[in-house]
Amino acid sequence: MIQFYNVSKVYDNGVKALSDLTLHIKKGEFVFLVGPSGAGKSTLIKLIFREELPTRGQVMFNGKNIVRMKGREVPYMRRKIGMVFQDFRLLPQKTAAENVAFALEITGASGKEIKRMVPEVLEQVGLKDKGHLLPSQMSGGEQQRVCIARAIVNNPLLIIADEPTGNLDPDTSWEIMKLFQDINRRGTTILMATHDSGIVDTMKKRVIALSNGCVVRDEESGVYRCEL
Amino acid sequence: MNFNTLKYFFREAFTSLVRNSWLSISSVGIVTVSLIILGVSLLLVVNAEKLTKSVESSVEITAFLEESVGRVDRDRIEEQIKSNPAVDTVEFVSKEQALKEMKESFGDRADILESLEETNPLPDAFRVKTKQAAAVPATAKKIEQLKGVEQVRYGQGVVEKLLNVTRWVRYASVVTVTLLTLAAGFLIATTIRMSVFARRREISIMKILGATNWFVRFPFVLEGIVLGLTGGLLAVLVVDVGYLSLINKLKISLPFIQLVNEPRIILTILGSMVGLGVLIGALGSWFSLRKFLRV
Repeated sequence: MIQFYNVSKVYDNGVKALSDLTLHIKKGEFVFLVGPSGAGKSTLIKLIFREELPTRGQVMFNGKNIVRMKGREVPYMRRKIGMVFQDFRLLPQKTAAENVAFALEITGASGKEIKRMVPEVLEQVGLKDKGHLLPSQMSGGEQQRVCIARAIVNNPLLIIADEPTGNLDPDTSWEIMKLFQDINRRGTTILMATHDSGIVDTMKKRVIALSNGCVVRDEESGVYRCEL
Repeated sequence: MNFNTLKYFFREAFTSLVRNSWLSISSVGIVTVSLIILGVSLLLVVNAEKLTKSVESSVEITAFLEESVGRVDRDRIEEQIKSNPAVDTVEFVSKEQALKEMKESFGDRADILESLEETNPLPDAFRVKTKQAAAVPATAKKIEQLKGVEQVRYGQGVVEKLLNVTRWVRYASVVTVTLLTLAAGFLIATTIRMSVFARRREISIMKILGATNWFVRFPFVLEGIVLGLTGGLLAVLVVDVGYLSLINKLKISLPFIQLVNEPRIILTILGSMVGLGVLIGALGSWFSLRKFLRV
């Protein structure tokens, strides 16, 4: 579903983020993206999401060439990708339910659909009775659940999570990971950048390790193994 | 764009207006003040224009004829004056008529002129009006050279000064109105940029969730239109009420000053104020957003 062909990315300020990277991720996979800071994880995510364009090479998502995609097609491509962030990025003045509804409103969904979908998704992430709370009234773990609910409400093909457990304590992290595993079992592809070696080692999923903009390791049921 | 999205746009624009009520009120205030100044200067311009027009149209050339000029020569001179394309009307004023007019202008004291009845010293004359006031000095010079014309009067010096003043008034008002429109535009663009800046996080989240540029932009543009429209309507209210009461006051206390009060002109000015408010609001939002949409 995601293919990188000889992708290089050099930023305008001369920083080389990725060099000649080739990578394939199949539909339904659960992939951990590991590596030290500055290895190129964020750039890789930005390229899939088309926040950045590669300097060389091609990126495919869902059979479409993202690099050659027209600007006005980008929003519709992004609706097939759910994003989860370390810092949640919820709208502070909207309640949990409103934050989730917002993702539907953007696609032009009807009020009826929104009323049906939002409680369903909130229940799925275990926030059935907390839809009326503002992000500031919730714990970090609960906020991350709202963020996940928002990411899955449009039935995306792919979920990209950028260190989703970076701000959470270990117990909460595990609950969040179970949630991701549930989502993955329903067929959604998951790409997760993380520094949490405990989680990577226990989950036994595919691990892609980046270093200096290159794939240094790519193995099924891999471990974190911070080699330097 | 479907109905749900439209509903969302309006709800979003209005909640944002209420949520940022302080900013909204100051934006409306700025629009109102700018447009009031603009409206007042537009009214000044139309009134100045009317005044200069009426002063200019009263400028005329009087060509006094020599005593010896007979009927035939008189017709010839009239033909010659009329042949000048700058001339609008030519009116013959006989010496008897001139005396009568003089008496009228003296009013109650006309008895002073009684002794003149028998030996009227006033000459025959032509009163010439030009199509444009600016053509008066040149036309006067030409008439003066005609045979049989003794003297030409048109308020030499005064007319030139008056023409200078009216030209200056026109230039000054065009410059003032242009500058004020630009100033109002910049102030509103800045205010809306602040509102956009306060919500840049929200905009980036919208882009991440796959919102189209139009979807992000429209509520802001709508917000700008509402701000501009409100400010425009307030300004129109103030200017209209103020101007009408000024007209009524002047009618009583200074009846010889006639302000422009044709409804068509006033409505055009007020309408363009509202229109400009809406336009400034919409364009201000549009340009303020451009930078933030590149994600």
